[in-house]
Amino acid sequence: MLSFILNNDTIHTDMPPGMTLLDFVRYHKHLTGTKIGCREGDCGACTILVGDHCDDKVNYRSMTSCLMPLSNADGKHIVTIEGINPSSGQLTPVQQAMVEENGTQCGFCTVGFVVSLTGFCLNNNNPSQEAAIASIDGNICRCTGYKSIERASARLINLLNTNQNSASLAFAIEHKIVPSWFADIKDRLAEINASTSERKSIEPIKKYTIVSGGTDLYVQRPEDMVHSVTLNMFNRNSLKEIIEVDGRIEIGAEATVTDMLESPVMNEIFPHLKKHLKLLSSTPIRNMATIAGNLVNASPIGDMTIWFLALDATVVVRNEIQDAELPLRVRTGRDLSVLSKATQPSGNSREIQLRDFYEGYKKLAKSADEIVEKIYFKKPDHCCRFNFEKVSKRTFLDIATVNTAMFLRVEDELIVEAHISAGGVGPIPLYLKNTSSCLLFKLFPFDEETMRELIFILESEISPISDVRGSADYKRLLMKQLFLAHFTELFPAS
Amino acid sequence: MTNTDAYGHVRGESVYLDDIPLIYNTLFACVFDSPVAHGILKSVDLSQALKLKGVVSILLALDIPGVNQIGGIVPDEPLLAEGHVHFQGMPIALVLAETEEIAQAAAKKIKVVIDPLEIITDPRIAFEKNELIIPPKKFKMGDSDLAFKDCVHVFSGRADVNGQEHLYIETQGAYSVPMEGGGIKIYSSTQGPTAVQRTVARVTGLPMHRIEVEVGRLGGGFGGKEDQASSWACLCALGTLLTNRPVKYSLHRMEDMRMTGKRHPYSADFKIGLNKDLNIQAYEVVFYQNAGAAADLSPAVLERTLFHCTNSYFIPHVTATAYSCRTNLPPNTAFRGFGGPQGMFVIESAITHAAEKLKISPSVIQRKNLITPGEEFPYGQKAESEAVTTWVQADSYFDFEKIISAAHDFNLKNKNKKRGVALMPICFGISFTKTLMNQARALVHVYTDGSVAVSTGAVEMGQGVNTKMQQVAAETFSISSGQVKVHSTNTLRVANTSPSAASATADLNGKAVLLACEAILNRLKIVAAEELNIPFHTDTIKIENGFVFHQNIQTKLDWKTLVNAAFVRRVNLSEHAHYATPGVHFDWTISKGHPFSYHVYGTAIIQVTLDCLRGIYEVDFVKGVHDYGKSMNTLIDQGQIEGGIVQGLGWMTMEELVYDVNGKLRSNALSSYKIPDIYSAPRTIDIQPLATTRENLAIFSSKAVGEPPLMYGIGAYFAIRDAIRAFNTNASPEYDAPFTPEKVLMALYDSEINKFHSHHSSH
Repeated sequence: MLSFILNNDTIHTDMPPGMTLLDFVRYHKHLTGTKIGCREGDCGACTILVGDHCDDKVNYRSMTSCLMPLSNADGKHIVTIEGINPSSGQLTPVQQAMVEENGTQCGFCTVGFVVSLTGFCLNNNNPSQEAAIASIDGNICRCTGYKSIERASARLINLLNTNQNSASLAFAIEHKIVPSWFADIKDRLAEINASTSERKSIEPIKKYTIVSGGTDLYVQRPEDMVHSVTLNMFNRNSLKEIIEVDGRIEIGAEATVTDMLESPVMNEIFPHLKKHLKLLSSTPIRNMATIAGNLVNASPIGDMTIWFLALDATVVVRNEIQDAELPLRVRTGRDLSVLSKATQPSGNSREIQLRDFYEGYKKLAKSADEIVEKIYFKKPDHCCRFNFEKVSKRTFLDIATVNTAMFLRVEDELIVEAHISAGGVGPIPLYLKNTSSCLLFKLFPFDEETMRELIFILESEISPISDVRGSADYKRLLMKQLFLAHFTELFPAS
Repeated sequence: MTNTDAYGHVRGESVYLDDIPLIYNTLFACVFDSPVAHGILKSVDLSQALKLKGVVSILLALDIPGVNQIGGIVPDEPLLAEGHVHFQGMPIALVLAETEEIAQAAAKKIKVVIDPLEIITDPRIAFEKNELIIPPKKFKMGDSDLAFKDCVHVFSGRADVNGQEHLYIETQGAYSVPMEGGGIKIYSSTQGPTAVQRTVARVTGLPMHRIEVEVGRLGGGFGGKEDQASSWACLCALGTLLTNRPVKYSLHRMEDMRMTGKRHPYSADFKIGLNKDLNIQAYEVVFYQNAGAAADLSPAVLERTLFHCTNSYFIPHVTATAYSCRTNLPPNTAFRGFGGPQGMFVIESAITHAAEKLKISPSVIQRKNLITPGEEFPYGQKAESEAVTTWVQADSYFDFEKIISAAHDFNLKNKNKKRGVALMPICFGISFTKTLMNQARALVHVYTDGSVAVSTGAVEMGQGVNTKMQQVAAETFSISSGQVKVHSTNTLRVANTSPSAASATADLNGKAVLLACEAILNRLKIVAAEELNIPFHTDTIKIENGFVFHQNIQTKLDWKTLVNAAFVRRVNLSEHAHYATPGVHFDWTISKGHPFSYHVYGTAIIQVTLDCLRGIYEVDFVKGVHDYGKSMNTLIDQGQIEGGIVQGLGWMTMEELVYDVNGKLRSNALSSYKIPDIYSAPRTIDIQPLATTRENLAIFSSKAVGEPPLMYGIGAYFAIRDAIRAFNTNASPEYDAPFTPEKVLMALYDSEINKFHSHHSSH
């Protein structure tokens, strides 16, 4: 039984937890405002808001309901356009702005934009046009060319800037951006979550599919997922922490890209975090996609994988099935007693260096029963430099043609530590061992001969193939160019 | 006035095909389509699929009671494959099941045996093998052979331009419902309700009057639902006919992308000749259109390529030949611009090619050769040209020279970033080139409470035609727009319609609405004269803001009272009006005539910034002057301009259709076929209306605005090329759109790639 609030209604449902939230709201709740455009998270027509009760407030994030297992709605507030529409028949300021700026033509994508922008209003305490646009970076419109939607966003920013010091939810209710009953959601969620945490835990199951954000599984195997017995990881808040422990940074397996993006720890270490992570998919997908999902997906162009490879990170996996101490729960995320246990080291956990994690195409150095618990890397000091590069057919909201990250520790222009990763140029996400070691104890800027040597080694470590994302020749050239780009970014004066 | 549909859109209350409440007993359909691009269909094994619980029926070609034929122009396209398959994605069987999930699962269990035949994907190879859809078409003006001899500069080359996926966010679909007496009602996401009705009649064997096609609205069309919506409607109707149950089919995105045709890819050879003053004297071009496996609308698209092969330029000697080549791809179809943009890409390539050889800016040749009023297009129509005026006004607003020199300065200062600039004049003819299609009808009812209902043949697909029709009725009656409701498009209310296409929908249907409203208005004025006991004179009696005015003085007689009085006097408060565009004609035996009611002109300047390290680019701005005529609705027209430009940019930059040698679509999802996102839109789009006093024929002196702005996007291609050459002066990439980041990077480093290859092979 899953329990959540859908708009203003409390839902208890026995529908398959693996079905998509999109199908649930459209075909079981007949809320047809949420549209189906692509069923792979690439258009945003099905965008909904997911409200999560934590730290005494409800945080709303946009997600694409086509990739979201119903189970991930458990304990959450799900908002569709029907939950935003004023019952008076009036329009909200978001809707009004879209109408007045003609931000809608055929209308099919429009609800997705309205929902995303409403989520932006609910969340953003520091509104800017840039942030407003970012909130709709996962919404595709084929009619308008976006300029009218940008103008509608600008109107909203003007409104939000009138907010002196109200909480964003209070402001949103006051200005009828959302209905007033949103104010009660926090308590209603608390009530739901309190009552359900007492429920019996689910018995261990032999055959199950582990699902986190669903952003890849529901693209690759949508039909299987509906009837799969899913082991849901996404709601395990214990696995979402991003912390500094003993000189290293630990990131919980279920932390999303957005969690990373918003993490003070990460922002302190990576000054260009926002710029780099903007290259990863879109806001709603970043709100769903988890670190573990990206790692175990084993895509040769997994952006986060490439990122962590260059940090020479280590993966911690744990055999949860054999772990008698931990009852297997689909819904443990809100069970605090279990939470604390989960964070403790367990006898069944082991560590694998990320560079050894991939044994072949989509082949992992972990067993099927092992679940990624976290990833960690040594905290970079002030001598460290890090850069991430990605080129795809479309700069944003696209899968990389080639991606690469470079980590350097530089003391007086002398490179004392180097790690380079490369995606899209081999069957697995590559750690470029030889190129990395060749960089060691080199002085920057390099002379021509050194650069030639480096590129020669780089070339020898990659083996791109031609596919829909580009020819092998192109990927080879691009890899070389992005290698050069690392140095222009890491040594900007040169 | 804002878009009349926007309220429902922003609240998610507008009803699209998949939102229609399910009708009791509905079956769900799923097509099993050919996994092979060309072959002999030996056998179809349905046994495993039929075993699935919930499968009601699986239909094959032999189950079709009428004619297994959906070809609109040429009868060369079966609805379901029979004997042969001609493209991957060609429907072979239709599964009908109790749920969508079962239908899809069953389709996966169908097995076929297909003996493969040779697969052609390249139009030039199809041409060599004489695989032509129709006989070649040719436009000829003057004598290009002779003229080339007098040219100081003659250049020839080749240009290729890829197709484009429509990517309407609402996929194709239909929902058919049995009606009493053996009729069928079909809800269809189509731009052409009559095409659906006609095709369903042919396939089912029913007369057209038994088939009702209802179109509420479309979640985007762009031409993709002009002809290609018919298949799904026919399949559903067939299911309904044979099971007597409602049948629904809303395509999955990947089904849609795999099974439907797209904008036509073209390959072309050009030869351009200029005199010493850089006047283009002669132009020869041969177009190889990749039509796909069946005609669909390809012949008409081919014609428009010829009509626009000289874009906005006057060239005295032109020979243009076009071949519609049959390949084993899904039949390509209408897409905003309808072949025109491809023709324009080639002439722009030819001009750029000439300019690069002559080491001058292409804009010099462009400007010199703009067509002026009275000069003739190759098809005989004399231009009422605004080409020069839009250019001159755009130059005075935006100062081309300043933009170009600023880009030049930027390039001198930046090593790894380069800016490129291109000018893009456009000229687009408005009217269906098939003259008979230039007709429309409207049905207007005035109800006794004073409210007005309007039905036309126009389909609302985001272009704002409902709003414009509402404006026409409200303005003609001089009542508030809230008193007018524009209804769905339905073949029972308005018959024998032309599709909503060719940018002409508002022109044609608007005129019909105007005629209907004027007829009613005239009758109402007679009633008013009688009611007020004044002499009837159509000029002295007016209705303004809901009141009758006599000799410009407001009377007490209001709209509603007047309508009631008319009703009491048994005066007809309804009108069904017919409009046919005057003056258009074309004689295909000589390829001359006056096919267009008018042309739309414009000039834009486009700047891109190239990241030469990574081979990626941004479009900085598109600025220009566009000939709207007297815009009926500036908000809606601006939306058409901006949306068209970004769609055109997408076609020229990131949107890359990839078919492999087996005719399989590799770019088969939104993850592999990229259309512009919000960050891909130009930072600035600033398109000013042309200030002109010229009168024209269109509704309220407006001009059609749907298709033309797409063609400004072509400028982005040449701006990118300009930027590449700022970095690598020797670069001379092939004229081959789109300019993907791959092609850009390869062009930036073309010499190094060659170096690398020799270097690499030696190890």
